[in-house]
Amino acid sequence: MSLTVAYGALFTGIVVWLLLVSRFRARSWEALPAGADVDPEHRTPPARIGLWIFLGVISSLFALFISAFFMRMGHNGVASDWKPFPEPLILWINTAVLILGSVAMQWARANVSKGDSKRTRDALKVAGVMTIAFLVGQILAWRLMIISGYFQPHNPAVAFFYLLTLMHALHVIGGMYVWGRMLLRMRAQAGEQHTDQALELTRKFRLSVELCTVYWHYLLFVWLVVFALLLTHSIDSQFVFDRLCDAGSGWRLASG
Amino acid sequence: MAYVAIADRDHEHELHDPQSFIRKYIWSQDHKVIAIQYAVVAIAIGLVALVMSVLMRLQLGFPDTFKLITPDHYYQFITMHGMIMVIYLLTALFLGGFGNYLIPLMLGSRDMVFPYMNMLSFWFYLLAVLVLVAGLFVPGGPTGAGWTLYPPQAILPGTPGATWGIICMLASLAIFIVAFTMGGLNYVTTVLQARCRGMTFMRMPLSVWGIFSASILGLLAFPALFVSAIMMTLDSVVGTSFFLPAVSSMGENLKHSGGSPLLFQHLFWFFGHPEVYIVALPAFGIVSDLLSTHARRNIFGYRMMVWAILAIACLSFVVWAHHMYISGMNPYFGFFFATTTLIIAVPTAIKVYNWVLTIWRGDVHLTVPMLFAIGFIFTFVNGGLTGLFLGNVTVDVPLSGTYFVVAHFHMVMGVSPILVVFGAIYHWYPKITGRMFDERLGKIHFWATFLGTYAIYLPMHYLGILGVPRRYYAYSDSIDFISPSVHIANEWISISAVFVAAVQLIFLFNLVWSYFHGKPAGGNPWRATSLEWQTPDTPPKHGNWGKDLPVVHRWAYDYNVPGAPNDFIPQNQPPDGSVPAGRDHGVKA
Amino acid sequence: MAIAIALILLVIGTVLFHFLSPWWFTPIASNWQMMDDTVHVTFWVTGIVFVAVNLFLAYAVIRYRHRAGGEKAHYEPENKKLEWWLTIVTSVGIAAMLAPGLSVWAKFVTVPDEAAEVEVLGQQWNWSYRLPGKDEALGKTDIRFVSIDNPFGMDPGDQAGQDDVLVASPELHLPLDKPVKMLLRSKDVNHQFAVPQFRVKMDVVPGMVTYFWLTPTRTGSFDALCEQLCGMAHFAMRGRVVVDEQKDYDTWLAAQPTFSKTQAELTGNAETGKTLFATCTTCHGAQAEGNRELNAPKLSGQGKWYLAQQLRDFRNGVRGTHENDIYGKQMAPFAAMLADDTAIRDVVEYIASLEEARPPASVLGDPERGKTLYATCANCHGTQGQGIWATNAPRLANMSDWYMQRQMQNFREGIRGKHPQDFRGAQMASMAKVLADEKAISDVLDYVHTL
Repeated sequence: MSLTVAYGALFTGIVVWLLLVSRFRARSWEALPAGADVDPEHRTPPARIGLWIFLGVISSLFALFISAFFMRMGHNGVASDWKPFPEPLILWINTAVLILGSVAMQWARANVSKGDSKRTRDALKVAGVMTIAFLVGQILAWRLMIISGYFQPHNPAVAFFYLLTLMHALHVIGGMYVWGRMLLRMRAQAGEQHTDQALELTRKFRLSVELCTVYWHYLLFVWLVVFALLLTHSIDSQFVFDRLCDAGSGWRLASG
Repeated sequence: MAYVAIADRDHEHELHDPQSFIRKYIWSQDHKVIAIQYAVVAIAIGLVALVMSVLMRLQLGFPDTFKLITPDHYYQFITMHGMIMVIYLLTALFLGGFGNYLIPLMLGSRDMVFPYMNMLSFWFYLLAVLVLVAGLFVPGGPTGAGWTLYPPQAILPGTPGATWGIICMLASLAIFIVAFTMGGLNYVTTVLQARCRGMTFMRMPLSVWGIFSASILGLLAFPALFVSAIMMTLDSVVGTSFFLPAVSSMGENLKHSGGSPLLFQHLFWFFGHPEVYIVALPAFGIVSDLLSTHARRNIFGYRMMVWAILAIACLSFVVWAHHMYISGMNPYFGFFFATTTLIIAVPTAIKVYNWVLTIWRGDVHLTVPMLFAIGFIFTFVNGGLTGLFLGNVTVDVPLSGTYFVVAHFHMVMGVSPILVVFGAIYHWYPKITGRMFDERLGKIHFWATFLGTYAIYLPMHYLGILGVPRRYYAYSDSIDFISPSVHIANEWISISAVFVAAVQLIFLFNLVWSYFHGKPAGGNPWRATSLEWQTPDTPPKHGNWGKDLPVVHRWAYDYNVPGAPNDFIPQNQPPDGSVPAGRDHGVKA
Repeated sequence: MAIAIALILLVIGTVLFHFLSPWWFTPIASNWQMMDDTVHVTFWVTGIVFVAVNLFLAYAVIRYRHRAGGEKAHYEPENKKLEWWLTIVTSVGIAAMLAPGLSVWAKFVTVPDEAAEVEVLGQQWNWSYRLPGKDEALGKTDIRFVSIDNPFGMDPGDQAGQDDVLVASPELHLPLDKPVKMLLRSKDVNHQFAVPQFRVKMDVVPGMVTYFWLTPTRTGSFDALCEQLCGMAHFAMRGRVVVDEQKDYDTWLAAQPTFSKTQAELTGNAETGKTLFATCTTCHGAQAEGNRELNAPKLSGQGKWYLAQQLRDFRNGVRGTHENDIYGKQMAPFAAMLADDTAIRDVVEYIASLEEARPPASVLGDPERGKTLYATCANCHGTQGQGIWATNAPRLANMSDWYMQRQMQNFREGIRGKHPQDFRGAQMASMAKVLADEKAISDVLDYVHTL
């Protein structure tokens, strides 16, 4: 496992290095060729770059959690103490809710570029409510695990379930903090202007909403990966796979 | 926390000159103040670690004379010394200190792009240090698991601080990582987005290249430490079995089962090896600039130097298991990791050649920073070459776990980067304070540190070849191959260590004394080309550049250009030779 | 200028040091001579680079140092040809070191088929060993079987394990010139089994079995060290490997018990023990409560395993043979009166059945200071001084303090713990040095009273 990671990293590293080197070939001591320097005025806003770098950090974090998941499971074959359990069904509902949250964010983003501040706020509120609903749903899932008696910390399958969902939830909560501040500031500005219609959405706000949307989509993506990981290694996944395989072979037989 | 700043800050932040003392020096968002805050805290905690190492050396050198510390304390000091020096001193100083100070000044920007987050980064760092220090006072004391914190021993009885101490350590590391992430996002984004007009990537000074790539390494590698810290905390507190297999500890069979101690080691070194380069790359970059400036010659092979930094950064992610050749992992991995490890020696060697070739055919001024830079080359060549022993899987087997390893990593990532730190502090001291340091004291400091550290570590290599194991509290006479001469060596090493530690007081005295009594330095005492020496004020004021941002017309290494009137051309000097309006170049006749 | 001279002197000094220093590899005792050869190749390659680079650096500093009115620096951004040459030469040098390294490693990972298996079992802070019995197969083990009666964690239901030879002592014997595969297992934390003369070594990791192999090539006795930090007493975790001629090896092997034998001899007969103990009562008292006047310590309440071990040690001359050990020498002939291990077990069983009384305190000190110092002791002897069998640490609480005081002095003065077979004593001797003086001993003992 770790050797696969190593070879993957080596390959990626070489590619990245070649890309970088091909970019940095300028003969520094000579005069600048035309177009070599991007005017600082026209650069992408730092906040956007900063967010993307931060998403890179989150990717590294979750990728490492997931490698740990596989390495722990594959330690001495499939670890004998790894006892799969059925995933709580509520996770499906939570997933749907989080998707709705992302859709609402996208809606806010569409409205903010149109300059419609009221709709933007409504959309943001919907997104926030959906996200809170997701978090509540996650807490319910944790409760359900305890009630149904699957909560045994020394079972790594359970431990990873809690660890991964909790790490994801913490990132969602971080996003909610920004969301809350953004909404408060919008309200304050709306209050100053006394009328929603007159509120002019600044460039700054547009950027905030856009970045929030990116972040929401990204966390949705992370959740889908985590959820898929948990699902494919749960106790009923084998059952589902068998059904799928049966269906597949049945279909092949029928068509053959 | 990071999101707040990202989403809320506009990139065109207005500069409000802070008025009150607290705003200006405590809750400051100015990168220069934050840099100094970082540096002061890092050096302070580093002194604690230095004292610990002296106590350890006294125990090893004179085991029957000084009964200062017990084995518990010895292992606690070893752990704290290592962790503090690697993370809380070197990482914080190079990135939080030099990174913060130099990036905006060298790139011609007014500040970091997210100043508020930059301030938070420092306060989180301070919190991390405080939690670490709190670990010294909890029941059972700090953890004594070695700086690698390998489970299971880190959280099982028999190791000092296995209950409270380790939790403090892990919590402190987690906070540090949050702090670093906020800082690192700033450094990387600032380099990408806030360079002044004309400052293309390939015109950046190598210091910035080093700090920039080290920050990226940190952002990608520290999560591995974060992951392992969280999982180990859970193993210790909740009773999960991520890293803990079934064990019988002190005659009691614990509930854990199936966990993998090697999983922790993989995660730890996936962070731990890039960490070496997080410390080394800024040192590489900075020393290149010191050499070029004081040898009055362009850095030799600038492009090669940049590519080498990038190659080292990329490769550093695929060498981690060379720390684990005999850890019990699948021995076949040894082939892969020995090969990658020895490949990484090629770009590193190129850097060394280019430093030496910069001095060759130069006009070498043997100033204090230059002495430290030359000292670095010698030390780094030595430490780098012993790395070829330990990186090569077969050669590593007899040497690992011995003093050879201790000598190697202290030479390569202890003494070498610290020499660069000293050189850099002497080099930029005039810019930071506006005054010159005392040169005589600086030279004494250099000679004592350079020769003293070599006296410490040269014999250690040979003790290691003999087979003297590291991390031993005492070497009883019952080990057959440890002859009396080994004890003499230990005494010699300890005396040198105490001497080197004491000499650092001269350095601290010089810093403080010169701040009040040093000669005024002027804007550009080294007649250097890079932008930080071209600021309108020295020390630079809030906002760095007065009314207009500088415009860059050339790379940072135009020394002794044929046909030029001076032996250096500042980066912001237009090609037609005119002096940009409103700029004091600090060119003194 | 001074720096250039310093560099030249350092290079000369380093080379001289390399050839003149008394520290070099211990004489090799295994087939891994080629590891030493690889190290030599590496030394030559890196040594040449070290000398060349630093002397060139010194030359450049001397030749191109700044002089008033001297020549200007040469402006030369890069020299592609030179850099390529340097890269190629470096790569060749690297390959010259890597190639032998990898080829030796290929031998390291290939264990010869005929290698005999030996299991090394590490725990905090001692070594023990297990060898396959006549069936040439090691039985199954599991941590959950580990107990005071089954310290190796043998699976009692596994037939293959019944004839396994258990070596409870940290001393292992190996036959000369026979390849052996060392299987490494840990009960608690990471350790590393390292014999410097063998060159090869490997971590011992709980939850898995690691291995390495070697062929011993000369007879002798070699210290085995732990080289992976394993807790407070890491530095005192010591074993020994003795390489024997086949004949001596066979003799040694025949004296080691099998698993089934150890299981058959777990408990003694207290009734028989009572008769045997009659002799002992003269000094140690009817209730084994001890008698200070006769220099006989309290025995009741002490762990059976510890009493049995000390009796064996007295009988085998491991204890009570040092010329200055006056009271130990008195004990030795009495221990010799116990005919065999069965007698020892019986007498110990009887002592364990005796009622315990609290001995009077006779050593006074500063218990507060003692408490701080005891933190180190607690790692093995337990926070309550209750003694821990796994660390071979006897009970301290409620035992004769004057006796412990004397033993501490004996440990510190090398009267106890010096015998080559007294591994546990040697361990205690190095720990006893932690207590700086008489007063520290008294302080700790006074604290132990309060437990």
